Amino acid sequence: MDATLIASIIGATLVAGTPLIIVALGELVTERSGVLNLGAEGTMAMGALSAFIVNQAIGSAPLAVAAGMAAGVAMSLVFGYLTLTMLANQVASGLALSIFGIGLSAFIGKPYESAAMPMVAPIRIPVLADIPLVGPALFNQQSLVYVSWALVAAVAWFLYRSRAGLVLRAVGESPASAQAVGYAVIPIRYLAVAFGGAMAGVGGAFLSIYYTPLWSQGMVAGRGWIALALVVFATWRPIRVVLGAYLFGGVMISQLFVQGLGLKLEVPAQFLSALPYVATIAVLVLISRNAAAVRLHSPVSLGLPFRADA
Amino acid sequence: MPHQPTRHAFARLATAFAATLGMTATAHSADPLKVCFLYSNPIGESGWTYQHELARKELVAAMGDKIITKYVENIAEGPDAERVIRNFVQEGCKLVFTPSFGFMEPTLKVARSAPNVIFMNGSGYKTAANVGVYNARYYEGRYIEGVIAGSMSKSGVVGYVGAFPIPEVLQGLNAFTLGLRSVKPQGQVKLIWVNSWYDPGKERDAANALLKLGADTLAYHTSGVAIVNTGEEKGAYTLGYYSDMSTFGPKTNLSSVMQTWGPYYIKVVEDVLAGRWKSDNVLGGLKEGMIHMAPLNQAVPAEVKTRVAALERDIASGKLQVFAGPVVDHEGKERVAAGQVMPGADLDRMNYLVKGVDGMLPKGP
Repeated sequence: MDATLIASIIGATLVAGTPLIIVALGELVTERSGVLNLGAEGTMAMGALSAFIVNQAIGSAPLAVAAGMAAGVAMSLVFGYLTLTMLANQVASGLALSIFGIGLSAFIGKPYESAAMPMVAPIRIPVLADIPLVGPALFNQQSLVYVSWALVAAVAWFLYRSRAGLVLRAVGESPASAQAVGYAVIPIRYLAVAFGGAMAGVGGAFLSIYYTPLWSQGMVAGRGWIALALVVFATWRPIRVVLGAYLFGGVMISQLFVQGLGLKLEVPAQFLSALPYVATIAVLVLISRNAAAVRLHSPVSLGLPFRADA
Repeated sequence: MPHQPTRHAFARLATAFAATLGMTATAHSADPLKVCFLYSNPIGESGWTYQHELARKELVAAMGDKIITKYVENIAEGPDAERVIRNFVQEGCKLVFTPSFGFMEPTLKVARSAPNVIFMNGSGYKTAANVGVYNARYYEGRYIEGVIAGSMSKSGVVGYVGAFPIPEVLQGLNAFTLGLRSVKPQGQVKLIWVNSWYDPGKERDAANALLKLGADTLAYHTSGVAIVNTGEEKGAYTLGYYSDMSTFGPKTNLSSVMQTWGPYYIKVVEDVLAGRWKSDNVLGGLKEGMIHMAPLNQAVPAEVKTRVAALERDIASGKLQVFAGPVVDHEGKERVAAGQVMPGADLDRMNYLVKGVDGMLPKGP
């Protein structure tokens, strides 16, 4: 394999991993507050559709992403109302939200079905993009790829270095104690849920604006579920989410290249297609095999309803 | 099959039905034939279901008030399908089209309890007295696509994105490769399986990988919109499938194999109305008009256009057989000897790649 081939594999890996990182980080923050929102797949679909509609109407990618984000927040607030205010079951509500989002986006999106927009040109970072081999792969990317890197740093800093992050984690560990010392558990959880929804919306927008600039029903194709799984297998730690997302994207892209190279491997193509899932789970489970550390990092009250007046 | 008692009962019913229709003009217009369609996917703007929906509209335009139609889209293959087909029967549908392989068993199941309703299952293979099946020789169009690709590609290396290594996909891929190598004997098809009928992101990644690995023309057997888009963006020629994909790649989409069921559906309805419908296993192609080549792109020179027209004629007339020997698989084993033509049963269980495909072996029986 020559150098340009490796560079294009790296470049494509970053693109494939980006929506997973954005959505998984949003969900990670939501889950750290003790709320399990399984609605990512449907929220992404709504985000993708809203972004596409705005992009087609006014041709502005940033505004399109903002529209995707708004749609994601709206979806998550429906979930928040059901689970935080009405104390509905989080698992059932999240699954319902996914099915609802997939169906609603298909319904609203009918006039836009299979419509396509021109590809957004990548942003080239001067100097850095001139580094041989990795330069063009890492620093000639879509804007949201860079944004996802900033997001990782921001979420990691927020969770472990900021007071607000400490409060959020306290709410996720023991909402009763957090409330006893004066923190408003339900509003904090609403914020965390809204952030998760916003990121799922942005992840969806990435698909319909930057990845494949088109709207088509079912285009999320399971990426929401993969992002949810990444959070668990990464044991609620942001850096491991990134590792998992790039590992998944990397193995997925590499197996396409391996097939295209026509290497005579004695394995079926289906095995190669399953490889990204297997490899990601295996690696994340291996690095997270310390049971005590997993317990330390998993939010204790995850999925449990909390009544502020109880 | 002619000795099954239900068959006779059905023939009587059909005759009675035709007689009723023929009685008076008022009875005829007051009692149109209700024709119902079950679709496995959303209709969308291109693809398998879209083509069946186009055919339904053609049918409505052709038959006027002799029929009323109804369709239900996006129904999962399985128990859901059976429920919807049963509803069709209860609502008075007399002719039900179920164009999907996965609808075969549910269709047969409902058909057993509704002997006076006629069912037509697309791409299945099991028939019954009141269940007919139909399918097309899509590979005829694939061969022509291969010839177009061979005529237009500079490098002779063509990328092909496949969904799953099932016989229908392999027939298309192999026919494409044979067509390509009839023009460029050293032509290569680079193959990537994405293991999904529908994942625009993955299809796009696969298309990009193929272009990076030296392909200058792309073909596919997936939903494909993302691949045609990628071709248009990168300036690589594409060959489409299911529908005319030129709107998605006005500059680069050279042609597509289009599935055109309209004329066949009109014939079926006419047969049913005339009381001469018989259960059958129908296989059509270019000759029967079940598939067509979409209009060729402006980029295609006149001599290639002439050649394509000649191929369409020769395949339709049977003069040119796509899987005529010698056919050699990619491990060098001869599958069809020179002077022979591959029998239909061998086509139905095709499980190898022909020589010229640079890709992974599908495993299995």
